[in-house]
Amino acid sequence: MCPNRIRTEQEIHGRHGRPITDQDAHEINRVEELSYDLKIHEVMSKNLQTASPDISLSDVLKILRINRISGVPVIQDEKLVGVISIEDIVRALQNNDLTETVGQYMTRELVTVASFDSIVKAMQTFAEKHVGRLPVVDEEKKLVGMITKGDITRGILVALQKDYKAEEVRRYRASHLFEDIISDRTTLVLRYNIKAQDFTHGGNASSHIKRALLRLGADAQIARRCGIAVYEAETNLIIHTTHGGILKLEVEPHRITMSTTDDGPGIPDVEQVLQPGYSTATDQVREMGFGAGMGLVNIKRCVDNMELESTVGKGTKLIMRIHVPAENFNARKEG
Amino acid sequence: MNLQQIIERLNLNLLTDPRDFETIHPEGGYTSDLLSCVMAGAKSKYIWVTLQAHLNIVAVAALLDVAAIIVTEDAQPDAATITKANEQGVILLSTSMPSFEVDGKLWEIGLRN
Repeated sequence: MCPNRIRTEQEIHGRHGRPITDQDAHEINRVEELSYDLKIHEVMSKNLQTASPDISLSDVLKILRINRISGVPVIQDEKLVGVISIEDIVRALQNNDLTETVGQYMTRELVTVASFDSIVKAMQTFAEKHVGRLPVVDEEKKLVGMITKGDITRGILVALQKDYKAEEVRRYRASHLFEDIISDRTTLVLRYNIKAQDFTHGGNASSHIKRALLRLGADAQIARRCGIAVYEAETNLIIHTTHGGILKLEVEPHRITMSTTDDGPGIPDVEQVLQPGYSTATDQVREMGFGAGMGLVNIKRCVDNMELESTVGKGTKLIMRIHVPAENFNARKEG
Repeated sequence: MNLQQIIERLNLNLLTDPRDFETIHPEGGYTSDLLSCVMAGAKSKYIWVTLQAHLNIVAVAALLDVAAIIVTEDAQPDAATITKANEQGVILLSTSMPSFEVDGKLWEIGLRN
């Protein structure tokens, strides 16, 4: 699905650029998601047929017939004052009253939806109020369009079609990477250079890794475990190294290997740093909430296998491995 | 219970862009100012209560997919933090209450995981 990217204008009004969550990846299907992401103004009809309250019902009937619609909003002095529909005209017919004005028979009890709301809001209103069409108003309560169930269906189909090309195809391709490329051993390697003391970009590499794994078709739980492990390792490079280091992710169909390497200062006692709560972080770093002495403990908890090697004056290498169940990354040889 | 109700009942300030909070249903809460503890303890869709307000809370929240961060005791995230939160889809809320009081109120209205 959609990855994080720089916030765009469309993010406010449309669905593009919406950040992915574990939930999205797993439970919500596309149409449900679209019903929240698509805004009413994106699907409503803007070609407005309106009526004035002073015209006769037989004139309205003409408008309805020519445009093949079942109702129109009634506008007076640029303001929405009611809706006149087939039902209202049927009532007038019973009284033999087609020469009467729209104002006499229109429905004045106004149910409207806001143009900036999600289409799910319109769907709820259709269900609650048992109506088939709703006037759409903007922030200033001015009529800007009409929405019907047909508009919603059409809007979702159009969005799905656009979306499919832009996003699903990309995800599909990524998730079939390992199936499409044939070799005796395929490995995808991602490298990130982490700078010492660069708290501003702390966590960026981890977010990118988590997203890459989801896009490659990894299970949300595995992506989460990798994200946490790699975040702690990334943070360690930022806090403790002299010149930063390299964070590497190697993805294979059956295994994910994450590692960090740096050139110092090195850890004098590797056993000691594995103790929960042991930390050498400065007070300044602790004030930011780092240095709880839980980083390596968290990593151990999240990965299947962790190796830490260090030489004072030379540097540290941390290797973390997670075994991947066969259903991830479409690694199976079928069809 | 949805996030809109929580925002209203606790009278929280919204720091990031408005979203459809009624569709967000937090499943629990976690309170800590130590990022590694949050990494270990906060689950997806939890509310994270903290008085940390710096940029790195966004990365932690995004990785964990928390429902929202409540920054307590009037701690003020800077503009870069709020921008990054918007980019990453992280919801930032703030209050003058201390974390203890926020937890109490969340518990009271039924968020007890």
